[in-house]
Order: sequence, then C-alpha cells, then structure tokens
Amino acid sequence: MSEIWQGLVKAIELIVTLDPEVMGIAGRSLAISVTATLFAGVICLPLGSLIHFNRFIGKRTLINLIQTFYSIPTVVVGLFVFLLFSRAGPLGGLNLLFTPTVMIIGQAMLITPVLLGLTISALSGVDKAIPETARSLGASDFQAVVVVLREARFAVIAAILLAFGRAISEVGLALMVGGNIRGFTRVFTTAISLETSKGDIELAIALGIILILIALIINIVLNRLQQR
Amino acid sequence: MKNKIVSYLALLVLIGLLLGAAGCRASLRMATTTSLYDTGLWGYLEPMFEKKYNVALDILSLGSGAAFEYGQRGDVDVLTIHDKPNEEKFVADGYGIQRVPFAYNYFLIVGPATDPAGIKGLSPEDAFKKLMTTGKGTFVSRGDNSGTQSKEKAIWQAAGFDYEVVRKAGAWYIESGQGMGQTLQMASQKLAYTLTDMGTYLSYKSKSKLELVPVVDKGDILLNVYSVIAVNPQKVTTAKNLDMANNLISFLTSPEIQKLIGNYGVKEYGLQLFVPCAGAEPK
Repeated sequence: MSEIWQGLVKAIELIVTLDPEVMGIAGRSLAISVTATLFAGVICLPLGSLIHFNRFIGKRTLINLIQTFYSIPTVVVGLFVFLLFSRAGPLGGLNLLFTPTVMIIGQAMLITPVLLGLTISALSGVDKAIPETARSLGASDFQAVVVVLREARFAVIAAILLAFGRAISEVGLALMVGGNIRGFTRVFTTAISLETSKGDIELAIALGIILILIALIINIVLNRLQQR
Repeated sequence: MKNKIVSYLALLVLIGLLLGAAGCRASLRMATTTSLYDTGLWGYLEPMFEKKYNVALDILSLGSGAAFEYGQRGDVDVLTIHDKPNEEKFVADGYGIQRVPFAYNYFLIVGPATDPAGIKGLSPEDAFKKLMTTGKGTFVSRGDNSGTQSKEKAIWQAAGFDYEVVRKAGAWYIESGQGMGQTLQMASQKLAYTLTDMGTYLSYKSKSKLELVPVVDKGDILLNVYSVIAVNPQKVTTAKNLDMANNLISFLTSPEIQKLIGNYGVKEYGLQLFVPCAGAEPK
C-alpha cells in the first residue's frame, strides 16, 4: 500500500513542478489519441449514418461483423499495422514505422469498429417518428438525417468518449508500432510499462494517476458541452 | 465555450500532425537489449551522442531476439545486444557488418536466501543439474528468446540437458515471457531462482524490494558480452543509415565514452555495472 501512496505523492509533485518529461508524455498521448479519435469520427459518423438510414442485403450481417471487431485485441491491430508499415512491408517506403503518425493510424483503425457500431446503435435508439415528422414538415432527406443525429447526440458523444478511452488506454499497439522512443513516441501506457520494468514503481503509479486525471477533465468538459 | 473547445481540439490535431511531420527528421534507429536500457545506461549516453552528431537517436528497447528480427527487416540501422552465438550468425548470414564488443559483465543466478535447492556456491552447470534432478526449487526463465535466455539455454546444454526436455520437466520450470525486470519481480514473488544480468539485478534491487540474493556468480560460462552491430545495407536494402551507425560504433568504442561506461552506476550501486572492452573480446 505504501507504494501506491508514494505514487500519489509523486504524481502531485510531477504535476505541480510541470515536469517536462511527464508534460511531454501527456501532451503527446493526448495529441495522438485525440487526432486518432477525430479521424475515426470523421469516417464513422457519416458511414454509420449511411448504414443506418439505408436498407440493403446483408445489413444485419455487416452490423454483426462490426460488433465482432469490438473485441479485436490491440496487439493484433498492432501486428497488422507493424507488418504493413515495416520497411520490408508494402507501405515500408513511407518510412512511418515508429513515428507518432503510424500510432494515430493504428489507433484510428483500432477504434473504428467501436465507434461505427455504437453510432449505428445511437441512431437506432432515436424514435422513428422524429425523422418522419421532420420530413412531413418539409425537411429534405439530409435535413432529416441531421435531426436524427442531433437527437442521438448524447449517445454519439458517449460512443466518442468510449472510443477515445480505448485509444489512449491501450498499450500493445503503441508499443509495437510506436516503439516507445523517448521524447518521440513514448506515451502514458508505454511509459508506465517501461517504468514498471525498470523498477520505478512510484513513477509508474504517478503516470497512471495523471492519465486518470486527464480522462476526468475530458469527461467534465464534454459533459458541460452536452448540457448546453 | 464550444468555440474554445473546438480551438483546443484543432490545436491538439495540429500538434499531432507536427509530431507526424517530425517523422522526417534526421534520426538513427537502434534496437537495444533491455538490460542496457533499463539500467539507464542508454538514457545517460543518448544526449551525448545526439549532441555530438546532431542526430536524433531513436532507441527501441527489446529482447535480443526481437532486435535481430527488426534488424533483418531493416526497421533499425544498428543493434546493441548480448547474444554471441546469434550475433555471429547474424553477421555470417550477411545481415550485420561486424560484431564489435564494447563492454561486458557477468550473469548470475539469483534466488531466495533460504536456497531451497541447495545450489549456493556451485558452478552454474552443477546448479542447473541439481535444480533438474532434485526438483526442489522453482526456476523462472525469460522464455522470450532474449540474450539472457540464450545464455540460459547454453548453460542447460553445458549441464548435459536438452532444453526442450527442461521446458517440459515440470511445474518448477516457469517461462515468464517478459523482460528482465518483470522476470526478477516474478522470481521474487514466487521465491524462485532466475538467471539475470548483473546490471538489471543491481538497478532493480536498489529501486524495488526484491527478495532475491546472488546464489551462483562464478563460472566462465556466465560471461556476458555486449556488442554493437551495424545492419548491412547490401543485404538489408531497406536499411540506409550505415554512416551514422558507424558513428555510433566509433562513439561507443571511443576512449572517452568507454571510461564513462566503466564508471556508470558505480556511485549509485557501489559496484561496476559494465566493464569496458573497446572492440576486443574479453579474454
């Protein structure tokens, strides 16, 4: 127990003194995972709407498939992205392996199924009468979609939060494709894993606590935003 | 409020893209064995190298097995490792240019002070024989194709056992599949023996409560040589940083850096972690 307590003290110390190493890791983690979430969002929100508002053969199967990929292990995505971007791989010429860019790509791939599936669920949760009413009041198809999206915004934001949480908290992919390079691709999770293996348990705990604090702040901000 | 959040998000994305653009900076990629990294040696030497050659040194801390794999794929330009038989194979197969030893220390077998298998003071080979025949102690192996595990296999072989037989010998033989630090921690928790390099053991022991003491620390087979190998661009066509890799080799073997390596950690641990041996195999 004393280790956890010392970790807490150390966390406060690192935050108060704005430790440059820790602030760098925090900024990098946030930038990578926020960017990945935004990219995934830009793809998933329209694509999810497209799937939800259209009837086609195999829709149920497609949704089942998307939901299956909710549980894809991060290391499997990591291995796939690694092989894709390794210098010996098909996209090796881009020279992106072990850079933040490839971590963003990997995290976006990782969270796409969750975000897509939950967007579809969120839209399904909206009362069917709402788009019909909008249309009867003279709304175009596009406007009706916007109305439904607005109705589903709480559930969509929850989906985005969950996807962001999965992105910033995963370690397997970040380690495999980022390589945990100090000052370049080292993020919270890989730093915690490294400090633990070095025996710096206090620093590892402190980093974990800071990660949770950041998640708390993001949640508060988004909740505020929802209530507007 | 909304606008503010949007601008924060935009800023973060911008930083993300900048970080991505930074991927194009001049850098040398090196895969290193975990023991050179976890002891803090690379953290100490990295800024000096970066300053001297004005290049970013990207360090990937891995087991030696993974380091060879990354080298063969051309994902790194240079390796610092400790696995002599596989290093020689790596060079013989044309993937590496030359094996340049730069420091050494010794492996040791650590275990609980109670020494349940009674192997204290034996030779490494006899200690392993006793572990195998009495079954009275637990042994945690790295099980990750690291240089340390390669050494463990060599000791089993010298003791006259087939490693595949040892692996299946019983519940007393555990494979952690993790780095040296975690493996030490596991051995400590399970009151087990393990083979470790001196550097990681000392640095880990000073930071965290390890209930492990040195049990076997004498024997020629325990010699642990660290070397540096540049990846050969003629064989691995995707490696393209040979000049800078050669700079790293000259850096590590320079008298000035050799002296720093020899002194590293002496004050902190009261013992020499690494003995410098620029370019030559220790006796």
